[in-house]
Amino acid sequence: MTHEHARLRLKTWLFAVVVVFSNVFGNFFLKRGMPPALASPLQYITVLFHPWVALGVLLMVVWMLTRMALLSWADLSYVLPVTAVGYVFVAIVGKVLLNEQITMQRWAGIGLIVAGVALVSGGSAPQTAHPRPQAGTGQ
Amino acid sequence: MRFLLIGIIVASTTAGEVLQAAGMRRHGEIRDFRPGAIRRAIAVLARNRFVIAAVAAMAVSFFAYLGLLTIADLSFAVPATAVTYVLETVLAKYVLKEHVSWLRWAGASLVICGVALVSL
Repeated sequence: MTHEHARLRLKTWLFAVVVVFSNVFGNFFLKRGMPPALASPLQYITVLFHPWVALGVLLMVVWMLTRMALLSWADLSYVLPVTAVGYVFVAIVGKVLLNEQITMQRWAGIGLIVAGVALVSGGSAPQTAHPRPQAGTGQ
Repeated sequence: MRFLLIGIIVASTTAGEVLQAAGMRRHGEIRDFRPGAIRRAIAVLARNRFVIAAVAAMAVSFFAYLGLLTIADLSFAVPATAVTYVLETVLAKYVLKEHVSWLRWAGASLVICGVALVSL
């Protein structure tokens, strides 16, 4: 049982890392590739073929698939706060790659997010131990 | 315009993610990550009604998000969508019947305050 617990925790961490980074860089490339304005509905489609936007979309597909896999065993109320650590990396990416300023207020916000993530990821198991249909874990 | 888009994004994201979580929990834990097994899992999930509805909702959310990015900064767009955390945690408890412990409520509250500080 403790082995099962450790296996699930490691797997959860691994997937959470991929979920977070595919989202952070997906957003970054989308923003980088988007034109100043989308003039027509057709442009919403054609913009998808712009290289940076395409890379952003690809990363968003990775994000969605890994997140779906993660949700197949982990609770939504666990996944949500834990993957919020992405906001911290968005701010850091903004500072490093786009030369955005990180104000004291932003650092405070980043601190709160990290505290929240630590609380949820360190303090609770990723999965609610209630019987689920078809889960067959034999609780 | 940007607040209309944010409204659309928040509603469709919340619906999409709760439906996705419901669909994936019904599917059960994915254990096999060999390419063939992943293909089979995707084939099964493509017939899962919750997952289909979730993908539709998230497509709406994605295109509204693209629209928002053209008129707003990333540092506004990303945090403004954090409202979904509140809605989704409440729905996780009452719709998905998850056990949301006080640690998770506290963590989610800290995250929401943090996101607000980062974005304001």
